[in-house]
Amino acid sequence: MPGNRTTDPAAPAALAAGAAGAAPAPLEQIRRRAAIVRNETLRLIEVAKSGHYTSVFSAAELLAALYSGVLRLADDPEWPDRDRLVLSKGHVAVGVYPLLAEHGYIPAELLDQYTRLGNPLGDHPDMRRVPGIDFSSGSLGHGLSIGVGMAQAARMRGYGSRIWVLLGDQELNEGQIWEAAQAAGHFGLGNLVAIVDRNQMGLDGLTEDVMTVEPIGDRFRAFGWRVVELDGHDPAAVWETLTAVPATDTTTPTCLVAHTVKGKGIGYMELSRTWHLGYLAPPDATDAARELEGFHA
Amino acid sequence: MPDAPPAFRAPLPSDPASWDMAASERLANAAVAGEVLADLADADDRIVVLTADLKFSNRTVDFERRHPRRFLNVGIAEQHMVTMAAGMATFGYVPYVATFASFVGLLCAEQLRTDLAYPGLPVRVLAHHAGISLGFYGTSHHATEDLGLLRAMANMTVICPCDAASTERALRTTVDHDGPIYFRLGRGREPDVHAPGAPAFEVGRLATLRDGGDLAIVANGVTVAPALAAAEQLATEGVEATVLDAHTIRPFDAETLCAVAARSGRLLVAEEHNVVGGLASACADALVDGGVGGVRLARAGMPPDEYALIGPPTHLYRHYGLDADGLAARARALLDR
Ligand SMILES: Cc1ncc(C[n+]2csc(CCOP(=O)(O)OP(=O)(O)O)c2C)c(N)n1
Ligand SMILES: [Mg+2]
Repeated sequence: MPGNRTTDPAAPAALAAGAAGAAPAPLEQIRRRAAIVRNETLRLIEVAKSGHYTSVFSAAELLAALYSGVLRLADDPEWPDRDRLVLSKGHVAVGVYPLLAEHGYIPAELLDQYTRLGNPLGDHPDMRRVPGIDFSSGSLGHGLSIGVGMAQAARMRGYGSRIWVLLGDQELNEGQIWEAAQAAGHFGLGNLVAIVDRNQMGLDGLTEDVMTVEPIGDRFRAFGWRVVELDGHDPAAVWETLTAVPATDTTTPTCLVAHTVKGKGIGYMELSRTWHLGYLAPPDATDAARELEGFHA
Repeated sequence: MPDAPPAFRAPLPSDPASWDMAASERLANAAVAGEVLADLADADDRIVVLTADLKFSNRTVDFERRHPRRFLNVGIAEQHMVTMAAGMATFGYVPYVATFASFVGLLCAEQLRTDLAYPGLPVRVLAHHAGISLGFYGTSHHATEDLGLLRAMANMTVICPCDAASTERALRTTVDHDGPIYFRLGRGREPDVHAPGAPAFEVGRLATLRDGGDLAIVANGVTVAPALAAAEQLATEGVEATVLDAHTIRPFDAETLCAVAARSGRLLVAEEHNVVGGLASACADALVDGGVGGVRLARAGMPPDEYALIGPPTHLYRHYGLDADGLAARARALLDR
């Protein structure tokens, strides 16, 4: 329940480092978790027989860092003061579930039945079915507005929560994104961080061929945001940038443009539009797993 | 950008019961739309096609290949797409806009109403992967309320073809239709009900696919084939069912519906929609307005107070009683058997 924080029983001792933490960069953990994200995505899509490999692979290091101490979380997924992560590109969910399982928010056995009838884990995340999912998504373009609402509410409640929103780059075509961007600037939501997975592609091809999204940085800056560009596959760069966001009581929202490659990790999937939605039957999945082993080594 | 076949060996399975989404995209009944519209456009320079970063899912890429200058990809911006099409229609174009039903029938409801229906512009909407056909993509990708919204829009025509032949027929016979049309299409695992080229299809008229005096089953889209299969099952038990394909929801053929319902007094409606607002509601309206009393109406569809479970589409159809067995069971209950 999003009630009064002083009555909250969650033990701050259980917190991960949090974005402002001065802990040494957990680069090994980030690499290990990025491997979990990619390998488990391969395995779970094998169960579903359809899924978004490439949209997860571009975000693997970002998700790994978020769950390696960037997000301020407690053992209780409902702890009111926690950071929130809104998966605006909801089709990345298959890469997040394994991290939620590792974190203890969901039983690992659920993963084995991913998308099967009645399982809570679908292709898009559901906040009412999956502990640790802060908002349901799947319809692109909604997430930044959710984030603005959460950031505004956190401020009104006096919570220290930071609100993170993971956006696709082609998703920036949606008009609602810019309605949210203008509001975040207007309301001065320094506790809001948008991460754009700049993996260069939407579904039908390269973003700039389908419908231009550049200049992303200038567009956000025009609405009063601070913009930082980073290499979204370099664990050190990801860690440094995500932990260097301003304090939550500041007044400028932050947009992190993470330069990534859609499909990163499997050579023939990289920047290949045929793999936005796909299915690797067993022999190919085995080859892909082997290739990932090399990639993460 | 690379468009070469990917480096993998295994062909995608194409088992009709498969829940493999990627394979299903190759068979979508919307899939015929790209080619059919390209054929029509050869002889009609008013036709333009718009999509929102989904040209492979809905095969409008087939139109793009043949008429690249009359194909517009607007990016992931559905509301803009609908309204942009309205602007083009005022210049004499006949725009076809295509995306998942959830992202046009629901996301763009106000644009459909205010920019297409109110001015009565000839924009056609290809709302594909409707109902719960996107299975484990979940509620964000399901459209089980669109008929309720569209049915209440003056000037709107709503057509829900059951297979590829019907889709083609619907597209070919409505190019000159005055006013907007919402084509509600499936995900492509709809078995062929009609032989290619010659489906019994007249916009605005219920089509009788099977005749029987014990009850009538009214279906459309993905539920037509299981309704026919259920009727076959029932026939082996001595129960004869009429099966109606209600491909046009708006305007609704109330006259035929009332005549058929009055005959047996038993009506089973099967729809891939919430049982509120869609085909069953259209039937109920027709019966009451037509003064046909004493008809027992059973509604097979999505429960009024639930969103669908996660699951593969075929498993969900079974779970919600929309497969042949489920419909046959509902029919028996309706007949107290
Ligand atoms: C409102 C809406 N329209 C269309 C879709 C279908 N869709 C799913 S993913 C996708 C492409 C997304 O591209 P991008 O935002 O760049 O994300 P990426 O997968 O590249 O990370 C589309 C069009 C959707 N989910 N929601
Ligand atoms: Mg992208």
